[in-house]
Amino acid sequence: MTERLLQLRGVTKHYGPVRANHDISLHVDRGEVVALLGENGAGKSTLVKQIFGLVTPDAGEIVVKGDTRPISGPSDAIARGIGMVHQHFQLVPVMTVTENIVLGHEPISGGRVDLPAARARVQELSDRYGLAVDPDAEIADLPVGTQQRVEILKALSRDVDLLILDEPTAVLTPQETDELLRVMRELAESGTSVVFITHKLREVLAAADRVYVLRGGQQVGEVATADVDEAGLAELMVGRSVVLRVEKDPAAPGEEVLAVEGLHVADDRGLPAVADLSLSVRAGEIVGLAGVEGNGQRELVEAIAGMRRPTGGRIHLRGDGTTQGGASGAVGEVDLTRARPDRARAAGVGHVPEDRERHGLVGSFSIADNLVLNRFTHRLFARRGVRNRAAIDDNATRLREQFDIRSAGIHTRAGALSGGNKQKIVVARELSARPRLLMAAQPTRGVDVGSIEFIHSQVVAARDAGAGVLLVSAELDEVLSLSDRVLVIHDGHIVAEVDPATIDRAEIGRLMAGGRRDAQALADEWGAGGEKQGPAH
Amino acid sequence: MGFVRANRTGLAVALAVVVAAYVAYAVDGTLTSSLLGFAWSFAVPLVLAALVGVLGERSGVINIGIEGQMLGSAFVAFFAAALSGSMLLGALAGMGTGLLLGAFLAWTTVKWRMDQIIAGVVLNIVATGLTSFFYVQGFTLPQVMPSIEVPLLSSIPLFGPVFFTGGPFSLFAIVAVLVIWFGLFHTRWGLRTRAVGEHPHAADTAGVDVVRLRLLNVTLAGLLAGAAGAYLSMEASSTFERGFTAGRGFLALAIMIFGAWHPGKAMLAALFFGLMSGAAAQLQASRVVDIPEQFVNLLPYVLTLVVLAVAAGRVRPPAAAGEPFVKGDA
Repeated sequence: MTERLLQLRGVTKHYGPVRANHDISLHVDRGEVVALLGENGAGKSTLVKQIFGLVTPDAGEIVVKGDTRPISGPSDAIARGIGMVHQHFQLVPVMTVTENIVLGHEPISGGRVDLPAARARVQELSDRYGLAVDPDAEIADLPVGTQQRVEILKALSRDVDLLILDEPTAVLTPQETDELLRVMRELAESGTSVVFITHKLREVLAAADRVYVLRGGQQVGEVATADVDEAGLAELMVGRSVVLRVEKDPAAPGEEVLAVEGLHVADDRGLPAVADLSLSVRAGEIVGLAGVEGNGQRELVEAIAGMRRPTGGRIHLRGDGTTQGGASGAVGEVDLTRARPDRARAAGVGHVPEDRERHGLVGSFSIADNLVLNRFTHRLFARRGVRNRAAIDDNATRLREQFDIRSAGIHTRAGALSGGNKQKIVVARELSARPRLLMAAQPTRGVDVGSIEFIHSQVVAARDAGAGVLLVSAELDEVLSLSDRVLVIHDGHIVAEVDPATIDRAEIGRLMAGGRRDAQALADEWGAGGEKQGPAH
Repeated sequence: MGFVRANRTGLAVALAVVVAAYVAYAVDGTLTSSLLGFAWSFAVPLVLAALVGVLGERSGVINIGIEGQMLGSAFVAFFAAALSGSMLLGALAGMGTGLLLGAFLAWTTVKWRMDQIIAGVVLNIVATGLTSFFYVQGFTLPQVMPSIEVPLLSSIPLFGPVFFTGGPFSLFAIVAVLVIWFGLFHTRWGLRTRAVGEHPHAADTAGVDVVRLRLLNVTLAGLLAGAAGAYLSMEASSTFERGFTAGRGFLALAIMIFGAWHPGKAMLAALFFGLMSGAAAQLQASRVVDIPEQFVNLLPYVLTLVVLAVAAGRVRPPAAAGEPFVKGDA
């Protein structure tokens, strides 16, 4: 006999014309782990915010332990036994772990907050759930993984029956993720139900008993994880069969587009990050850069993009300037060694930056403005310093359609969109300038499965149209499946060139480790990471 | 002692100040007493007004309307006392006005999410306009403010007569510093207030009613602004003039920053301002330096600039100060 902890009936929430949640019904029983799976923007966060009382539903009913009264706010939700770990941590950075955990239900003795008692309670919780934290540490000094433990303890300190975790693994390392999945299972076994949001299929299969799939704000499926595999979940999530491998024809490389010779670049601390590096990218091919993060990839990309000045060597962009770089108008060979970003762009370099929030777009600008950030002074979009709104809007309407950017309209604030849609804006903008060289750094980081597939297909399309592509990614699967040629970078040098179709993982792992010590360990790690895409059982 | 450890630097500074004061007292008793007395009477309204700022910003609301709150309260306190013939009624009316003006700022900025700077400016302009318009010459207070001696404490040499002998508002200022100090760092109210000022969404999701706490704190802070105003027109002097507060509400914001949003440190900062002004006045009065009076009166404002330049980047305001709270917008 299981107790029904939570029942949602026809929950609906609209934001203007956007249907964040539409007629969603689901239930959670005591002692089970339930996953909410969906692409970015499917409405998962909105749904759990309503359960926690942060957002009020437009229609529908949320029943907690048979109680049908609407949830008036977080304190009401807490009082009814619901705890939540938010995607963006809700911790006061300048306060200690203990202060954060007891905030809102502080033990009092003689009119003061009884910090010794609070500290003892935190220690006790920490021991009971195997979540190690220092009760006296200040939040600002803790790494994100530890901050999340504090968040979980904070929720558990309220004696919750139902713990909601909103994308808990997004910020965790693989080891921390496994640890969290273990904690979730243990909680369920001790009678606390867990609802967690994710778009990672492996986690659903590893930790959940049941999964609800959300798409476009609607609940499109409910399955027990015992009855489904990754491919099945992926199909439910995006509504069609996903091609996990990238479909592409063999490359037809043309003349050389990018030539980097003997390049030296320093990192932020002034230490050499790229040393005597040479590489070449030809038109119509995708060159993947494989390597453990922090081996000079970022500095190399920034040097080519003009964001970082090299300390030595040469960067040249070549091409006839007729088939590509149509908007740029630059012809022949251009020396980009000391060029600033605007010159690099004018010469035909497109750049999908690694950190899209910082370098990719302006969150407070509209989608339309973000789509012309690279060319806002171009004669297409401005004449004598006055912007041509009609042309900018036409451009946005066309690209939004073409790149499937899901939003209420072209004047929506870019910052309000999901990660996948933001990245589509960046990719759309960079490709719309028809670059001779496209540099894509971590193009699918934090992006849902459906958008990953779409972005990959666009990169391949750019290649087929004759652009040279330099791909940098921390996902080995992405590098191997998308690239025509793979260069291995280690400690600022290119240490090998391999054929992605034939290379084996252990071998590339050895190369990424510099071909020397810990080669086997690293190969193992990458091998394990690669299984994310394969069957989980 | 956790308290000693937590406030090591502050206590060391305070101790050094006390020692220095007694050394000076031993050298020239009369001069030191009068200088410290001047400094404290200069500091009282600044301490109270700085506490207004501390309470507001610690809960996430910037209050630049302190000047207006003080001015309005000083006006009402003076005329209520003069017209009714009761000092008590005047004092209560002054503090009541402060409370009302505090509530004005609270409801406009917290409840209706008006821009905090604009709401504060509105307060200042309205207070200046109304008090100037309704000001009438020729009224006097029915009596001078009675002086109270705190038993035992007032017999401490040097400090006793200065801090523990005086009008009700000067004593109230000391009590307010101690109460808010203890409250902010040791009580449930204080922990929640600081959380609300640093990260209101974190407090909200922990079940703290952010809006209610901000309304409460900003309104109650108005009471202190009222006390500061009433002090000026009833205790420090027995008069009221147009523009009577002379920028003290803004000075108090500088003191709040210099005091790192801490009640005790703000009191020390205010005393420092008082001492500097007192010293300058003393030097000029004794003709040690011959500079025009106007320059001496300018000193607190010049000092403000210097202090803000020095403090900038060394102290950190509460992270959410100035940001209206919108539920669920985390």
